[in-house]
Amino acid sequence: MKSLFLIGVRVEKKDESQTISFKRFGRCDFKDAFGLSCHHDLHAERLGRPLLEKKTKIYLLFILPGCLFLAVFMLIPLFSLIFKTFFDESGAFSLANYFTLLQSTYFQQVFWRSIRLSLISTIVCAGLGFPTAYYISKYSKNKGVLMALAVFPMFTSPVIRSFSWMVILGKKGIVNQMLVSTGLIHKPISLLYNEFSMVVGFIQLFLPLMILSLIGVMDNISEDLNLAAGSLGASKMATFRHVVLPLSIPGLVTGSVLVFTGCLTAYTTPQLLGGTDTRVLATMIYQQAMSLGDWTQASVVAVVMIVVTILVSSGINAISRKLNPTI
Amino acid sequence: MKKSKSLLAVTILVYIFLIGPLLVIMAASFSETNYLKFPGEGFTLEWYRQILKVKSFGSAAKYSTIIAFVATFIALILGLPAAYALNRYRFKGKEVIKGMFLSPVLIPVIVLGFVMLRYVVNRFHLPALPSLLIGHTILSIPYVMRVITSSLANFDFSMEEAARILGASSGYTFFHILLPNIKSGIVSACIMAVINSFNNVSLSAFLTSAGVSVLPIEMMAYVEYHFDPTIAALATLMMVITLGVMLIIEKTLGLQSVV
Repeated sequence: MKSLFLIGVRVEKKDESQTISFKRFGRCDFKDAFGLSCHHDLHAERLGRPLLEKKTKIYLLFILPGCLFLAVFMLIPLFSLIFKTFFDESGAFSLANYFTLLQSTYFQQVFWRSIRLSLISTIVCAGLGFPTAYYISKYSKNKGVLMALAVFPMFTSPVIRSFSWMVILGKKGIVNQMLVSTGLIHKPISLLYNEFSMVVGFIQLFLPLMILSLIGVMDNISEDLNLAAGSLGASKMATFRHVVLPLSIPGLVTGSVLVFTGCLTAYTTPQLLGGTDTRVLATMIYQQAMSLGDWTQASVVAVVMIVVTILVSSGINAISRKLNPTI
Repeated sequence: MKKSKSLLAVTILVYIFLIGPLLVIMAASFSETNYLKFPGEGFTLEWYRQILKVKSFGSAAKYSTIIAFVATFIALILGLPAAYALNRYRFKGKEVIKGMFLSPVLIPVIVLGFVMLRYVVNRFHLPALPSLLIGHTILSIPYVMRVITSSLANFDFSMEEAARILGASSGYTFFHILLPNIKSGIVSACIMAVINSFNNVSLSAFLTSAGVSVLPIEMMAYVEYHFDPTIAALATLMMVITLGVMLIIEKTLGLQSVV
């Protein structure tokens, strides 16, 4: 039997890949010829499939409930929302909804403010997160504690985190007190409800994500590489520039995508720390839908937000792949 | 060494920036002034007593807890079998299914809230509680899927086969072989999902009604009219609970496994 099996394989292997020939052999020839199920199982194992697996549709039972739930409550509603934005009130296909929105100066302001604030926050997070992550990963003796202290704010409600800035940056807050007492200003100035306070809030909200993403990749940079670079005569700066920095790019990319999209879609922070004249996309959706009752406008803003989020995350990833094809 | 010192300086500043504001809130909760102030004046626990007097906080905390736990539980019921099937069986369209279960993280939560309100709540005339539960379940599904999928990837399915060969029923195998092996993955997935759901604002903002609200929304509504240390006291209480949860995680699973 064994020799027959081997011959069979050799013959089959000529034109098709090994896996396929095993499969065909096991399924038809062998079982039909000898009627021995153990051989069939043997083949199944060679295929790398679990022994007891029958051709079964039981997996459908496992995935269907979740799929149905997500389809009914998320995907179908989402597609109807996107679909509806392409039709005007009479039911005819039109892009009028988009033209109206894109031409409104209010939307343009809100849109560019969202992009600008997210971009500034991402750059600051990268600038602050990189040295911090590098220190924690390479020099710190209390790595666990520092990681936990970075995670703690992430577990704390964004509402609480925004409140704290209201206390600190308010007219009676500690920053104004210090500025007045040092004589830099005479009267407390308004530090809240503007773009500055929003950026401060965003950075505090998303900096931990940047730090943790960077630590993730920096931990994998072997100390040997630094030593090798050093022994070949590279200065510390050169080692950093040519070894550590390029190897940290994936973490920087992941972190930047998380921070940028996080800032772009955050609602709590701009709602609490921003003013009525510093609306961003997220607060605009809420305002259009809940205060003004303009569902169509809100839907169009929502679609714009989805498109920007997807474009940015795939865009940053594409750029980073171009810069460093090894990622 | 010089370099590590400047790195240390940045790190310290970053941590002051991250943790400082939270300490400010905690300190402000003991202030005797009737507005939020740091540094505070005097010391009082009056504001902690005041939390109980704000009726909306009590009911919102109750709903927040119920929603966070029940939604995570439903997400687990829906996500665990799916994660199992995706790891265990080969079938066509696997990547599509996987993408579908992870898709809620790709859609901005604020958009999800708006979509839910417009096309689910308004269409099916759902009351606030079920719609909040559905929304939070959608949020929790990707958390559950991601963590459980990665712990199933480390599970050796031949153990399951061994049990079956030895005569165990498929149900018995599931509960006595598979489940104990991926238990820590399930627990960390649930903790993340519960915390995420408890802190969520963007989704809940669209789905709450006058009677049924969640804690973060009520806190936001409260500060619009009152800016007294009650809110700082409540925030401090919530942070202490968070710290407690983190300590328990660290002692049992290790914090690294959750994040």
